[in-house]
Amino acid sequence: MEGLTLSDAEQKYYSDLFSYCDIESTKKVASNGRVVELFRAAQLPNEVVLQIMELCGATRLGYFGRSQFYIALKLVAVAQSGLPLRVESINTVKDLPLPRFGASKNEQESRHTTSYSSDTENQGSYSGVIPPPPGRVQVKKGSVSHDAVQPRTSTDQQESTSPVVSPQQSPPTSPHTWRKHNRHPSGGNNERSLAGPGPFWSPFSEAQTGSSAGDAVWSGHSPPPPQENWVSFADTPPTSTLLAMHPASVQDQTTVRTVASATTANEIRRQSSSYDDPWKITDEQRQYYVNQFKTIQPDLNGFIPGSAAKEFFTKSKLPILELSHIWELSDFDKDGALTLDEFCAAFHLVVARKNGYDLPEKLPESLMPKLIDLEDSADVGDQSGEVGYSGSPAEAPPSKSPSMPSLNQTWPELNQSSEDTAIVHPVPIRMTPSKIHMQEMELKRTGSDHTNPTSPLLVKPSDLSEENKINSSVKFVSGNTVDGYSSSDSFTSDPEQIGNAVTRQRSHSGTSPDNTAPPPPPPRPHPSHSRSSSLDMNRTFPVTTGQQQAGVVAHPPAVPPRPQPSQVPGPHVHRPVDAEGLITHTSTSPQQIPEQPNFADFSQFEVFAASNVNEEPDDEAEKHPEVLQVEKSSDPSGSLRVAKTDGRIEEKTAASAPANVGKSTTPLAPPPKPIRRRLKSEDELRPEVDEHSQKTGVLAAVLSSQPSIPRSVGKDKKAIQASIRRNKETNTVLARLNSELQQQLKDVLEERISLEVQLEQLRPFSHL
Amino acid sequence: MAVCIAVIAKENYPLYIRSIPAEQELKFHYTVHTSLDVVDEKVSAMGKALVDQRELYLGLLYPTEDYKVYGYVTNSKVKFVMVVDSSNTALRDNEIRSMFRKLHNSYTDVMCNPFYNPGDRIHSRAFDNMVTSMMVQVC
Repeated sequence: MEGLTLSDAEQKYYSDLFSYCDIESTKKVASNGRVVELFRAAQLPNEVVLQIMELCGATRLGYFGRSQFYIALKLVAVAQSGLPLRVESINTVKDLPLPRFGASKNEQESRHTTSYSSDTENQGSYSGVIPPPPGRVQVKKGSVSHDAVQPRTSTDQQESTSPVVSPQQSPPTSPHTWRKHNRHPSGGNNERSLAGPGPFWSPFSEAQTGSSAGDAVWSGHSPPPPQENWVSFADTPPTSTLLAMHPASVQDQTTVRTVASATTANEIRRQSSSYDDPWKITDEQRQYYVNQFKTIQPDLNGFIPGSAAKEFFTKSKLPILELSHIWELSDFDKDGALTLDEFCAAFHLVVARKNGYDLPEKLPESLMPKLIDLEDSADVGDQSGEVGYSGSPAEAPPSKSPSMPSLNQTWPELNQSSEDTAIVHPVPIRMTPSKIHMQEMELKRTGSDHTNPTSPLLVKPSDLSEENKINSSVKFVSGNTVDGYSSSDSFTSDPEQIGNAVTRQRSHSGTSPDNTAPPPPPPRPHPSHSRSSSLDMNRTFPVTTGQQQAGVVAHPPAVPPRPQPSQVPGPHVHRPVDAEGLITHTSTSPQQIPEQPNFADFSQFEVFAASNVNEEPDDEAEKHPEVLQVEKSSDPSGSLRVAKTDGRIEEKTAASAPANVGKSTTPLAPPPKPIRRRLKSEDELRPEVDEHSQKTGVLAAVLSSQPSIPRSVGKDKKAIQASIRRNKETNTVLARLNSELQQQLKDVLEERISLEVQLEQLRPFSHL
Repeated sequence: MAVCIAVIAKENYPLYIRSIPAEQELKFHYTVHTSLDVVDEKVSAMGKALVDQRELYLGLLYPTEDYKVYGYVTNSKVKFVMVVDSSNTALRDNEIRSMFRKLHNSYTDVMCNPFYNPGDRIHSRAFDNMVTSMMVQVC
C-alpha cells in the first residue's frame, strides 16, 4: 500500500465516510454493510469494486482500516473518473474529484456542498431542486421522490458529480449512505449482479436483486424504504437553515410532518442497521401517521370510514388504481374501514409510492396491522438488521395471515406472539347444546319441575284447558297431566335453548300420569298429538273428564281421574264398543297392573322417585322398571302394554312415575316417533290406538333407544319415566275418548234402530 | 378448472371477464353474452315472491359439447358466469358452488374498497389473483 495524500476536501470527506462506516468506532472498518453500500453506491462495476478492494488491501487484511478505506475511496474516485485502477493512481491522479456515491446522493451532495459554501445558496438550490410536493406529501418527500424518480427511471449513474459533502455537518455521512440505499434499486444496476467476495456483498446483491425483481419482495432485502429516503432527505438539510425552510414549506403544503421529527427519525434510521426491514415504520413516521389519523378520527381505537379515507388519500394525487391497490393491501379485515394500524400501513404505502417505490403485491409484514400499542410498534421498528433478513423468509407467513384477516384481528395476542409465523385459527367453542348437555338441562329442568309438582297438578281441568291453549302443541287436556305438562312446558320453555324444542316436544308427547311432578320432560306427546290431529282432545276432554272422574280411579293428586280403560291395548280397542268396554277396560287395567312389573325396572328410578313428591315411590319403582323392561322388549305389544301400564301408573301414582318417566323420556323424545308410527300402522282403526301406540311407542322408542344412546343410566331412566308418563297420559286420554265415542256410538245406534223401526211402521202405510 | 369467468353488472355489461385460452376469448365472450338470457330466464322463473328465498347459485345454465356454463346471481343482480370445460368431469356441483362463493367473497372485498366505484371495471389485483387461482391451468 502506498502512501496516500489527500486534499483537504478529500481528507474531510474520507474521514467522514470512514467515521460513518466505522460504526463500531474501532478505527478499522470491517466489511460491514455501510462499506458495501458505500461502494455499491459508487455505481461501479463489480469487478472494479473488487479490484478496488483488493488494491486497497482490504481483502488482504480482511477489513478496512482507515488507510485502506481512504485508498478505496480514492480508487473509487479514480474509477469513477474513468481512469484505470492502479495503485499508483492513488497519488498520481491529481485533482481527482471526490468519489461519488449514488446519483441522488451526488445531487444531495451537490446541494450539501453548496450549502457548505453558502447556506442560502444551498437553500436556494435545495428549494429549487425540491419540486412542489404533492398536497399531502411533505416537501422532503417530494424532493426525495424527485430524486428517487430520477435515478430509478434512468440509468443515470453519473449525475451531478458534486463533491461529497464534507463532514462539517453533523450527520453528513448518513445521508450519503441513505442516498446510496436509495439509489440501490435505481442506479445500482451495476451492482445488481454483484457477487461480492465477502459476505457483506451478498445482502446487497440480494437486496438489489430483490428490488430488481419488480419489488416482489420488499422485506429485508429491498432497498431502503422510502422512509429512509424521506428520512435521509430530511437529514440532508440538517442545518437549521434547511430546517427552517422545511417547516415553512411544510406549512405551505399543509402537511404536518415536521422536520424535526424527520430529522430525529433520520438519526434513528442512521443508528439502525442497513438491513432493516425497509417497510418498517419509524417512530416519527408512526407518530405522524397517528396525528393524521387523529385529524380524521379522534379516537385512536376507532375506525376511519372508507369515504373519509378515500378523500384523505386522494389528496396524495396518486392514481385511483394505485390507491385502490393500497387500500386492498392495508384494509386487513376487509371491513371498509381503517383502524389505526391499517391507516398507518396505508399511509406508509402511499408514502412509498410517492417516493417511487412500487407497491408490493402483499402487505409487508412490518405493515401488518397489529393490535398493539404504538410502543410495541416502535419496538418492532427498532429491531436490528436481522429483521431485514428474517423479513423475507417471514414473507410467506405474513402472506398467509392476510388470508385470515379476521383471525388476526380477533386474536391479536396470538397474532402478535406468532406475528408472522403462524396462522391463528379459532378454537371451536360449542355454542349449541350438545345432546348430553341438553339432557343435563333436562335433568335440571325435571328436577326443578319435580319440585313443584303438586301445585300445577292441583289445577282443575279448566286450567288445564287454558294451559292447553297456552301450549298449543299439547292437544289432550288430561287434567293434571296436561296441567303438569303445560306447567312443565312453560317451565321448560322459559329459558331453554334449542334443545328445549326437542324436549318440549317430548314432554308434549307424553301425558305422563305424573302430573303432580311438573313433568320435567316437556310433554313428548306433542308429536303424538300432532299425529292424532284428528282427535281433538280439547273437545273430548271436558266430556270425558266427567265420565272418567266417575269411573276412573282418582289419582291422589288433582290429576283428573284417568280413565281406567285408557290403556286398552289395540286389540282391546277393537272390541265392540259398549259401556262395558270401559268396564272391561278398567277390569283389564287391574289385570294389566300385574304386567306392570314387567314394565320397567324402576329400581333405577328410585333416585328420582325419592326426589319426587310421589306418594307411591314404590309403585313407581315397580312400574318404572316394568315399564323399562317392557319397553326394552321393544315390541309393539309391549309398547302397548307399556302404554297401558302407563295408564296404570298414571292412575296409581300421581306425579312421581310420570315425572320420572317424563324425565327419562324427555331426552329421548325424538326416537319414539318412529315407533309410534310403527304402532300406528298396526292400529290404524282407532286414533286412540294411535295415541296409545304413540305413547307406547314413545316409551318403546325410549327404551329401544336407550342402548343406542350412550347416556347415563339416570338420563335413560328419566327419559323412560317421562315416556312412561306420557304414555300413561295418552292412554288415559285415549281411553276416555274411546269410552265417549263408544257411548255416542251406542246412542246413535239406538237412535238408528228406533228410526228404522218407525220407518218400518210407516212404510206399510206408505205402501198402502 | 374454469376456462372463463365473467362478472356481469346489473345492467348486463361486463365488469370483469377473463378467459384462459386467449385465442378463444371472443368465443367465450359470446358464450357469456348468450348465457345472460338463460340467467334472466332462470331468475324470472323463480317468481317475484321468491326473491328473498331465491338461491344465488343458479346451477348449470346450459351445456354445450365443449363446455358447460354455470351461473350465479347476487341479490344486487350482479351475475357471475363461469364457463367450465366439459372434459373436466371431475368438477362436481359442490366445487362449482364453492368457486362461486369465493368469487362472491372477492367481489364483496372489491366493493368494500372505497376507491372502487360501483360500475367500474374491476382492476383489483387480489380479485385477479383469486380468479387466476380458479382458472384452469392450460399449458
